[in-house]
Amino acid sequence: MDTTARDGDFAIRVEGLHKSFGKVHALRGIDFVVPRGSVLGVLGPNGAGKTTAVRVLTTLLPPDSGRALIEGHDVVRDAAAVRRAIALAGQATAIQIELTGRENLWIMGRLHHLDRQDVRVRTAELLERFELVDAADRPAKSYSGGMKRRLDLAASLMGDPSVLFLDEPTSGLDPYGRLGMWEVIRQLAAQGTTILLTTQYLDEADELADNIIVIERGQVIAQGTSDQLKDRVGGDVLEFTVVDRALVAGAVAAVSGLTDAAPRVDPESRRIALQVGNRGSQALVEAVRRLDAARVETDGLALHRPSLDDVFLAVTGHAAESGNGTTRGRGRKPGVRPAGD
Amino acid sequence: MAAETVPQSSPSVMQLARWAVSDSLVMTRRNLLVWLRVPAYIVFTVVQPVIFVLLFRYVFGGAIQVANQGGYVNFLMPGIIGQTAAFATFATAIALAQEAKQGVIDRLRSLPMARSAVLAGRLIADGIRMLVTILVIVGVGYGVGFRFQNGAPSAIAMILLAEIFGVTICCVSAFIGLAIKDEESVQAFGLIWLFPLTFVSSAFVPIATMPSWMQAFANNQPVTLVINAMRSFALGGPQFPLFPALWESLVWLAGILIVFAPLAVRAYRRAS
Ligand SMILES: Nc1ncnc2c1ncn2[C@@H]1O[C@H](COP(=O)(O)OP(=O)(O)OP(=O)(O)O)[C@@H](O)[C@H]1O
Ligand SMILES: [Mg+2]
Repeated sequence: MDTTARDGDFAIRVEGLHKSFGKVHALRGIDFVVPRGSVLGVLGPNGAGKTTAVRVLTTLLPPDSGRALIEGHDVVRDAAAVRRAIALAGQATAIQIELTGRENLWIMGRLHHLDRQDVRVRTAELLERFELVDAADRPAKSYSGGMKRRLDLAASLMGDPSVLFLDEPTSGLDPYGRLGMWEVIRQLAAQGTTILLTTQYLDEADELADNIIVIERGQVIAQGTSDQLKDRVGGDVLEFTVVDRALVAGAVAAVSGLTDAAPRVDPESRRIALQVGNRGSQALVEAVRRLDAARVETDGLALHRPSLDDVFLAVTGHAAESGNGTTRGRGRKPGVRPAGD
Repeated sequence: MAAETVPQSSPSVMQLARWAVSDSLVMTRRNLLVWLRVPAYIVFTVVQPVIFVLLFRYVFGGAIQVANQGGYVNFLMPGIIGQTAAFATFATAIALAQEAKQGVIDRLRSLPMARSAVLAGRLIADGIRMLVTILVIVGVGYGVGFRFQNGAPSAIAMILLAEIFGVTICCVSAFIGLAIKDEESVQAFGLIWLFPLTFVSSAFVPIATMPSWMQAFANNQPVTLVINAMRSFALGGPQFPLFPALWESLVWLAGILIVFAPLAVRAYRRAS
């Protein structure tokens, strides 16, 4: 990373951020920068410190030490200027469900000190963009989860922020609602808004973020682009399921010599995964030949780019604790489950 | 680039003051709109007090002896108006607790709006709501035989005092809601402290009918003093002297405000 870059190139600059709640150390020295106009995905399991970081950056919580600059403004000393530059949306919505979509946008527009004319223009524009025109004059409590979330995001955009914070923008949404949010977030990114989004969904960061930081227990444990992180895992992964349980050992033996890496085996699901570096297709052909020679029948043999699940596993030594759609049938080791369930 | 549209110069003091006013009015409008949209809130603020009037007028009233002109209904109405104003602040506590817990206050604080506007908008909206309730009760009172005895200016003074009293109690309730932050707990505790204060007072019965140990409390607590002053405005006459009840009640209210307004502001700053 170019450490000589001026502040002006970064929409967000965070240095040595610490925050504790009594004995709980929510942030233990976080550093990162977000180039203007890019999307940073902050990835981490429950309790990692994602929300705490967002709250410090949005002036809601003073840090214990360290500093954070948004568009060059210090979040503690120049909080008012920061609040004029940012918007926050996420899990907790600021919309008032008894009021209509249009009324909610009116309120947020006025609180951003837009004049009446600007509020009207901006409201029409955002309702259109977020596909809420038909629902605009219905109370928001009649909206679906995805619509509420879109309205909330629209409300936060009334002030035309240059930096947008999204704290778990899709948690609790159904797959359809998630895709809708992704689409909207992509559009915003395309228009040059700097976005920091937190997520527990590994595929979400993969899908939306230019850069990703992985935090756990208040520390950044990995960062880079999605591809860089995946390279840390060791390139492509070859995966298949053995149909006959009795032949699992034989299958492992057959593919073992393919690369330097040892195959990962999940006996329960009879699933075998092997890192094959960047010689994916060669390895695929070779694996098929060997398995055939060993007379092992397989199911779903495929090559995939490693998911961020694999990254998490490689960096922390255990799977991300929150389940989601990206786990590709790989069973969790019983030992890493949190106790008590 | 997007960043260049962000105003870089700090707004002037005049501008900040204008925003503080307009932000408070926006929040007021928001809160009143919500109130109008939820039938349960209307029931709570209008129907329930009316039921109280009818209950006391017709069920308990016959058993309560008073010596003033016009009988019990005239004695009752200032009391029930004071009690209603105090109870109306329950909604303040509930609303703020909900907003704190659901993260709405957090979100509002991340806006460039005046930070005072959330509390100010709440107090103004609830003050307006309270005034509507008081006027409805006065109307219902007139329907069941109540009459102001002391002229229009005094009647207005009574309503004004009830309003000042209610807004003062609003600050206490705002503090309770923001400090507890949990809707269920506020449901449980938000009103309970008001029961002894409003019922062990001169609101519904002459204090002389209470046991003497209770009279000591009832005679000297703020709700009694406020209601005595209100009754004096409403009914007049030597039976209900305005002084010192008015001064004493205003001193009490000022004291409560001086303690609880800063506490509410502090709880608001910490609520999230
Ligand atoms: N106001 C608070 N008081 C006490 N502890 C807190 C407070 N806020 C957060 N914590 C603690 O700090 C740690 C980090 O919490 P944080 O909410 O930042 O995690 P997160 O990454 O957002 O988790 P999640 O994915 O569940 O939202 C947790 O252990 C949490 O319990
Ligand atoms: Mg969180």
